[in-house]
Amino acid sequence: MGMRKVAIIGAGMTKFGEHWDRGFRDLVIEAGIKAIEDAKLTGNEISAGYVGTMAPGSLVGQEHAGALIADYMGLNPVPITRVEGACASGSLALRQGMMAVASGMHDIVVVGGVEKMTDLSTADVSEILGGAGDQEWELFNGITFPGLYAMMARRYMHEYGAGPEMLAAAAVKNHRNGAMNPYAQFQKEITLTDVLNSKTVADPLKVLDCSPITDGAAAVVLAPLDKAKDYMKNPVEIVASAQASGTLALHDRPTLSGIPAAQIAAQKAYAQAGMAPQDIDVAEVHDCFTIAELMAIEDLGFFPRGEGGKATLEGKTAIGNGRVVAVNTSGGLKAAGHPVGATGIKQAVEITWQLRGQAGKRQVPDAEIGLSHNVGGSGATAVVHIYRKVGA
Amino acid sequence: MAGIVGYGAYVPKFRIKTETIAKVWGEDPDRIANGLGIKEKAVAAMDEDAATMAVEAARIALARAQISPEDLGAVYVGSESHPYAVKPTATMLAEAIGATPNVTAADLEFACKAGTAGMQICMGLVDSGMVEYGLAAGSDTAQGRPGDALEYSAASGAAAYIIGKDENSLAVIEDTFSYTTDTPDFWRRPKADYPRHGGRFTGLPAYFKHVKGAAEGLLEKMGRSVDDYDYFVFHQPNAKFPKNVAKMLGVPPEKIRDGLLVPVVGNTYSGASPLGLANVLDKAKAGDSIFVTSFGSGAGSDAFSIKVTEAIGRRDRGRPLSGFLEDKEYLEYAEYAKFRGKFRM
Repeated sequence: MGMRKVAIIGAGMTKFGEHWDRGFRDLVIEAGIKAIEDAKLTGNEISAGYVGTMAPGSLVGQEHAGALIADYMGLNPVPITRVEGACASGSLALRQGMMAVASGMHDIVVVGGVEKMTDLSTADVSEILGGAGDQEWELFNGITFPGLYAMMARRYMHEYGAGPEMLAAAAVKNHRNGAMNPYAQFQKEITLTDVLNSKTVADPLKVLDCSPITDGAAAVVLAPLDKAKDYMKNPVEIVASAQASGTLALHDRPTLSGIPAAQIAAQKAYAQAGMAPQDIDVAEVHDCFTIAELMAIEDLGFFPRGEGGKATLEGKTAIGNGRVVAVNTSGGLKAAGHPVGATGIKQAVEITWQLRGQAGKRQVPDAEIGLSHNVGGSGATAVVHIYRKVGA
Repeated sequence: MAGIVGYGAYVPKFRIKTETIAKVWGEDPDRIANGLGIKEKAVAAMDEDAATMAVEAARIALARAQISPEDLGAVYVGSESHPYAVKPTATMLAEAIGATPNVTAADLEFACKAGTAGMQICMGLVDSGMVEYGLAAGSDTAQGRPGDALEYSAASGAAAYIIGKDENSLAVIEDTFSYTTDTPDFWRRPKADYPRHGGRFTGLPAYFKHVKGAAEGLLEKMGRSVDDYDYFVFHQPNAKFPKNVAKMLGVPPEKIRDGLLVPVVGNTYSGASPLGLANVLDKAKAGDSIFVTSFGSGAGSDAFSIKVTEAIGRRDRGRPLSGFLEDKEYLEYAEYAKFRGKFRM
């Protein structure tokens, strides 16, 4: 098609957590500057930007995020565009940035993701996040996101005979990874018993099956692959970017125990990259709830349908097992935190660090191929990116 | 230098158990009780309020001080549940104990630390020679919205301190130090029945920052260390916070035990650290050193270094706090709701 190959030449993020003393702009600017410094740019090279953020208008009363970022990062008059796709906003922004570079429209593009969530009560935040579902058919009738994913978990357990300990195992593994990530909201290990004995949020999901409310931002800098080495000695190529849509409401899906849009995005991404699930060394998947991770590792083809729970319980997705794939080395949404718009970019940052061998104690040995999987709502939007260590 | 000439504590006889409240809201009683470290909380009766409880505490303080109420030159009542929005609790207290009319009086409000703020004001008045004796009370019938986490802790109780010259004191206040910032961790708007709070924000940036700031500030100012004190009293919105701040400051658990009443009376707000101090004074012996740090949301902490004198024997003239802790009667949730005016008819 005459499209150019695209690489990540810089990555950075804020610590994820409760940033009571910092606002929306402080977070996104810190992440942006870290990514630009990582790419060793002066800033003048940047010709466009994209930012993923789900609900700043509701969460902090600030719309027009693109203009704010251009202004406060000193990038005016560079065009910066906000992209929204609920919890997948970050990956959508990455996709827009990648297409802008691939098409030849822009050379150096900065892509960010940000959400400032802790200024409001949990009840207010839950209602705002509910907007990622079908307002008229789901939210209006009292359903919240824990409720939607609890129904998926129930169905998954019914179809495959999975137990709550299989869900809990994903949280335990992600907390173990998060404990090795200085950017994670929760850097603390937990046990299966901790999860199973924690308070029920929406049966069968316990509070430790759920990702938290988080403030944070992440950013990457993109460049054409053939120019990437001018800026950085170990860039990471984005070899696939695929997005698929599914029904907005959960009740319209043909299945509740998997996310069809994620399966389609994964198939397209593997086709683009000329790869198979077995090629992936490290994956960041969208575990907004533990059940989402079990479905994700099946939708991505890492395990046959119904076997993701057992595989997780057996430790097959842990770092350094050398058998299948290391999943959510950052701690995932569960332990690293889930500032919704930032999550997709955080996944790209984590994969970049893994493929550059900069992931510290949580480094996956010899990681060459990485994947990120980002889901909006209960599965109405799904985005899969595949990344390759350049020179690999 | 000023000191404590007399003190008195009052806790109403009614209690409600954490498990009784938890059952009403479908919560796991053990999880709540263990999480907060509160077994039960004190509940004022229908005919009690911050004024009547302050009077009870002040009468005991007068008995211990062995002074005439007419010798009080100042009366302050700290509370976040003053019975009137406009009309002082302090005038009711001063009149009830016979301190009127030649006395200055005013109400104070600083969430949970207005009681210790009153003690500091009295210290200044005594040290400057403006008054011979001043009385500072902390008294609250704290309110938590039904179903809110605060409902398990918001309790009723009062303590009163008569401050005078050190030579007449049963405990000398050697020094005090405050740490105050504008931090919106907890608030109640005019005409609102219940306060609102910032959840976890009430912890690290509020309670811990200010309590540590005041405690470390006073130790540094005096050139002292934790080892120089026999007892520590920290503000106690629950049992977890004071235990954690003790750990942060390197205070051994046995030194906070006698000043930690929250497991059995709940958080009595303006009464909380003054009640903890009263329980320690009830047990301390001459020569003991006591370190007190209050906390009020909004936010600030007052730290005090207190040394018990030979005159501590005078405490036997007043009813000890233990008497109020032992004399109790349990309420069901509906009775508690009636007592605390949670029904609107």
